[in-house]
Amino acid sequence: MEMVNIKINGIPVSAPKGSTILEAARIAGTEIPTLCFLKDINEIGACRICVVEVKGAKSLVASCVYPINEGMEVFTNTPKVIESRKQTLQLILSNHDRKCLSCVRSGNCELQALCKYYGVDDEGYYDGVRDRYEIDYSAAHMIRDNNKCILCRRCSAVCEKVQGIGVIGANERGFRTNISSPFEMGLGETSCVSCGQCIAVCPTGAITEKDNTAEVFKALADDTKTVIVQTAPAVRAALAEEFGNPIGTNAEGKMAAALRRLGFDKVFDTDFGADLTIMEEAHEFVERVKNGGKLPMITSCSPGWVKYCEHYFPDMTENLSSCKSPMQMFGATVKTYYAEKMGLDPKDIVVVAVMPCTAKKFEIGRDDMSAAGVADVDFAITTRELARMINRAGIQFNSLPEEKFDDPLGISTGAGVIFGATGGVMEAALRTAVETLTGEELPALDFVDVRGTQGIKEATYNVAGMDIKVAVASGLSNARELLKKVKNGEADYHFIEIMGCPGGCVNGGGQPQQPGYVRNTTDIKALRAKVLYDIDASMPVRKSHENEAIKQLYSEYFGEPGSEKAHHVLHTTYVKRGLYD
Amino acid sequence: MGKKTSTIPFNGTPEQEAKLREIISAHKADKGALMPVLQQAQEVYGYLPIEVQEIIAKEMDIPLEKIYGVVTFYSQFSLNPKGKYTISVCLGTACYVKGSGDIFNKISEVLGIKGGETTPDGKFSLVDCRCIGACGLAPVMTVNDDVYGRLTVDEIAGILEKYQD
Repeated sequence: MEMVNIKINGIPVSAPKGSTILEAARIAGTEIPTLCFLKDINEIGACRICVVEVKGAKSLVASCVYPINEGMEVFTNTPKVIESRKQTLQLILSNHDRKCLSCVRSGNCELQALCKYYGVDDEGYYDGVRDRYEIDYSAAHMIRDNNKCILCRRCSAVCEKVQGIGVIGANERGFRTNISSPFEMGLGETSCVSCGQCIAVCPTGAITEKDNTAEVFKALADDTKTVIVQTAPAVRAALAEEFGNPIGTNAEGKMAAALRRLGFDKVFDTDFGADLTIMEEAHEFVERVKNGGKLPMITSCSPGWVKYCEHYFPDMTENLSSCKSPMQMFGATVKTYYAEKMGLDPKDIVVVAVMPCTAKKFEIGRDDMSAAGVADVDFAITTRELARMINRAGIQFNSLPEEKFDDPLGISTGAGVIFGATGGVMEAALRTAVETLTGEELPALDFVDVRGTQGIKEATYNVAGMDIKVAVASGLSNARELLKKVKNGEADYHFIEIMGCPGGCVNGGGQPQQPGYVRNTTDIKALRAKVLYDIDASMPVRKSHENEAIKQLYSEYFGEPGSEKAHHVLHTTYVKRGLYD
Repeated sequence: MGKKTSTIPFNGTPEQEAKLREIISAHKADKGALMPVLQQAQEVYGYLPIEVQEIIAKEMDIPLEKIYGVVTFYSQFSLNPKGKYTISVCLGTACYVKGSGDIFNKISEVLGIKGGETTPDGKFSLVDCRCIGACGLAPVMTVNDDVYGRLTVDEIAGILEKYQD
């Protein structure tokens, strides 16, 4: 690799040719602050926070996009640089709704952090003309408040480039520039899929999930209700970050303890729902293969992906597995089987789902998601909202003991927990489908070809004399690329797993927000996924069909996978949606 | 918040659409073809309503938002058709000081449209402009080629009355 030698603040440093000043400075141990910059996603040098002085240059340069060249001398912290950053922050604040006390991002707002570093207070002496924008509440899952927007364009970049959607972007020009949807549509009127990746990258409180914590607290205080919580696999891989722990900390035990202390009557696990999904989905797949059903069959666990399919590939909704997602299956099972077993009226049960996902807030309101005549799931809250509840309740998360989920719907397998990482559903399904098709026990359970954080993965497995071709995609741009190949006849997969968010649920739109510099320098997806694969490896049971609680559920209630009763409770239907209506 | 499109019903003809599709396919292979396509589309339709932008979005495989972003960035693009009569109110310094802002608001109120919009019957468009060189007559407005100076808010209804044909 060709190296370039430069000096950062007088310290010689050698960096690969083509590096930016920002990257070279990092090698030299100096972190230059950024605000709009997201590596490979939003490299537009727009916010001017990362400016530095380059010897001989006429003006300050944006280090995030400025390439280094031999002999360059860079100064990252001169009075001129600091004054410029300070002024930029003041200009941003002059048109910013400074409601920091009540803002949900207070404490992890990137703008607030920079203002603190640079001594920019919120006095109004630099106030100028202020824009006032109507807040967009139209989407089921999120709120867009342009009054807190700093026009960094991270949201629109992630929406268009990573997810291939592009329903929000910069409109108008100059002082009137604002992030919005075409023709002033509310986000709920667009083909937004509710993935929440824009929330995950927003540096301020301009884009936030719709917070349901107050409703959940209210339900918990209501003695007439049995309040049951379920937690998605990926939540345990990230929740600890909200309490200052490193990325990649397993929070399963403390999370169960915290939920119990919040007052949930039963602390169950969506992993059980995941095992149940595998039973139904593997059965459906085997049936489709045997009976010439629609192939490739595509997983339907990710509500962002499902909505994307409905908007962008409406002619492929028959390819979607008719299985409800694990969250919905879990809720439906609680309000039918469990209610019957415990002698409860489904109307008196409140199911709260803790999810790494914002699209789950949309999913719970879909048609055909009420097996017992009432909603399968009452509230879907994000990992962040759970952390908010824990803090509000004064629970000292880090000092909690490790506790277990309750029986029987807290019993799960290694197959269930890996649902939270891209390739996990495929691997879990293969563990069950292969044994079903061959009638023999698998010698090795690890399907490593479908693991890893690459956007698209492919593998072929010879099962009972037949080549089963599978593919896995995460992130909707990747999904689109894969599906185009399928539509054009360039690929003939049997089974495809698609997750809406890059890396799968561990990197979901409802997960703890990590600031830009962490996102730019850390493989967050891989660290969180490792938590799940480690849990899987340590589980005594790693195949969904060997989950004793699942076996009991089928023998007591559903009979067989794919039975009429199972279809009524655990399966759903899809809608062919247009793009702009 | 909510979808806002032109108040004038879209009256695109099949001929116009065929022409639009021709323009798009002529540029399909070019990178950065959106600008020329939008310019030529506006020549065909006179403006760029949602119906036209949707065709461009679909055919060029570009998100509608991106197209709308470009259309609203450049002032040469219009989201509304021009009315039979274009009312242009000068908001330049002299006229503004003499109260042309109130004139503009009054017209907006009487016609029920904002700047840049056209009345649903296609008769009037309302725009603002900067200095038409008649500062001595401030505040000034024009209705097509007719100039009205030393305006007062009370005169507006009467002036609009003249354009009922």
